[in-house]
Amino acid sequence: MPITTVGDRQIHVDDEGFLTEYSEWDDELAKLLAAQIDIQLSAEHWKAIHFLRDDFKAQGQTPTLRRVTVVGGVPTKDLFQLFPGKPAKKMAYIAGLPKPQGCV
Amino acid sequence: MKHLVVLGAGTAGTMVVNRLRKRLANDEWRITVVDQDDVHNYQPGFLFIPFGSYEPADVVRPRHTVIHDGVDLVFGTIDRVTTKESTVRLTDGREFSYDYLVIATGTSPRPDQTPGMLGELWRHSIYDFYTYDGAVSLANRLSDWKGGRLVVHIVDMPIKCPVAPLEFAFLADAFFHRLGMRDRVEICYVTPLSGAFTKPACSQVLGSMLADRNIALETDFAVERINVDDKTLVSYDERQVPFDLLVTVPLNMGADFIGRSGIGDDLNYVRVDKHTLLSTDCDNIFAIGDAANIPTSKAGSVAHFATETFVKNFLAHVAGQPMTASFDGHTNCYIESGDGKAVLIDFNYDTQPLPGRYPVPKLGPFRLLEETRVNHWGKLAFRWMYWNLLLPGRPVPVSAHMSMAGKTEIPTQPQEVSHAHHNGR
Repeated sequence: MPITTVGDRQIHVDDEGFLTEYSEWDDELAKLLAAQIDIQLSAEHWKAIHFLRDDFKAQGQTPTLRRVTVVGGVPTKDLFQLFPGKPAKKMAYIAGLPKPQGCV
Repeated sequence: MKHLVVLGAGTAGTMVVNRLRKRLANDEWRITVVDQDDVHNYQPGFLFIPFGSYEPADVVRPRHTVIHDGVDLVFGTIDRVTTKESTVRLTDGREFSYDYLVIATGTSPRPDQTPGMLGELWRHSIYDFYTYDGAVSLANRLSDWKGGRLVVHIVDMPIKCPVAPLEFAFLADAFFHRLGMRDRVEICYVTPLSGAFTKPACSQVLGSMLADRNIALETDFAVERINVDDKTLVSYDERQVPFDLLVTVPLNMGADFIGRSGIGDDLNYVRVDKHTLLSTDCDNIFAIGDAANIPTSKAGSVAHFATETFVKNFLAHVAGQPMTASFDGHTNCYIESGDGKAVLIDFNYDTQPLPGRYPVPKLGPFRLLEETRVNHWGKLAFRWMYWNLLLPGRPVPVSAHMSMAGKTEIPTQPQEVSHAHHNGR
């Protein structure tokens, strides 16, 4: 697994830049990751990100957009405004989780 | 007497009961399989119906003719599984106690989940082809369509047979060429994915096959609703795709009783261990085929390969032994590309579809990730194999586990898929 440097942090990532070590993540790292994709984290962003972190811990996989909406309580429409274009991947990237499984 | 109850007599459920009936003694095990009706559809055949190359009768047989003797076939609608009591209740009040339960109720298109889909345009300008009725009514519509803007669309993943919408687009292109009206049809492929398919090498090949056929590709499109008045797909990020004829794959969901019984995920797929297929909630429930939440394509080939693993594990599990067989996510798909050709892909949980050759005794080898006529014949031959080998549980000359034999490894390259990758700053 490649190691990359974000800010002054060394982190383990996969080929596409998604963090591979759950424990290397904290709020500070999230801010740095978000800045990499030009997102400044607001309270709404944090609500989604923290849901992703907690849900991954409980379920063992990155939640889908549908799950963030139905279980996490953030409307899909809002997710597209908060994380434009590719919300599922952008949320997972900032939350330091594996890329969500699409179709395989 | 022990009782095995199997819910669903489709591809997976039929294979399971027929194989297990041969392996479980008649005087020790009773086997019951429940389904809603007596109609077994050869679902891969639905794809060909809209273009008139299969007749409806080619894809249908009565379920009771493909279920072996010694299995009780019960017709009814499932209301709920009560896991604490190990019982299944049907909506008409009948109840079955089980020692072991196998859930094989598949996945279904749910047009009701997208606002505007079911309404005045449904089966007039909006069609699905994943149901028998949808495929037949689409055939009628295409037979006298004068042309316009055809949009082929997927609501969300996962879906049953994820390559089928691509095949539909390729076959539509060939169909309109054959009718001499391709210049009067604009074709657009709209997907929630970031490319034609997910796995990188495969997505690239299939993406360029769309481009070669002058089929426009709209990616990362998450539909919010269908605007009925101006016949437009509208996404959550306010993009609009107009259509004259929409061929959509509605949201796919597992059976509602799975949700009600508390053993499913958000889309009503049964939570199972992806290698053993045993429920993560109950030690006497397995799920197989599309009904399980394993991260594979929802496809008949997966159900087939998984059945082989499952039978070994089931026999070990009921004998109190550890389950040693491990399903690897093996998937194998023929992708029809039009004009009598097809592409073959073969992959599993860990290995993406790769180019090369796919060896099959007598029939093969088939070329992987390339359009060939032999691959097309392989796809057509599969219908015979389905009724005559797969469902009855006879040996099929294809390994349950994916093999690297004949495949060409390609170096992994960093993808720009996420738009999020910035190397070591």
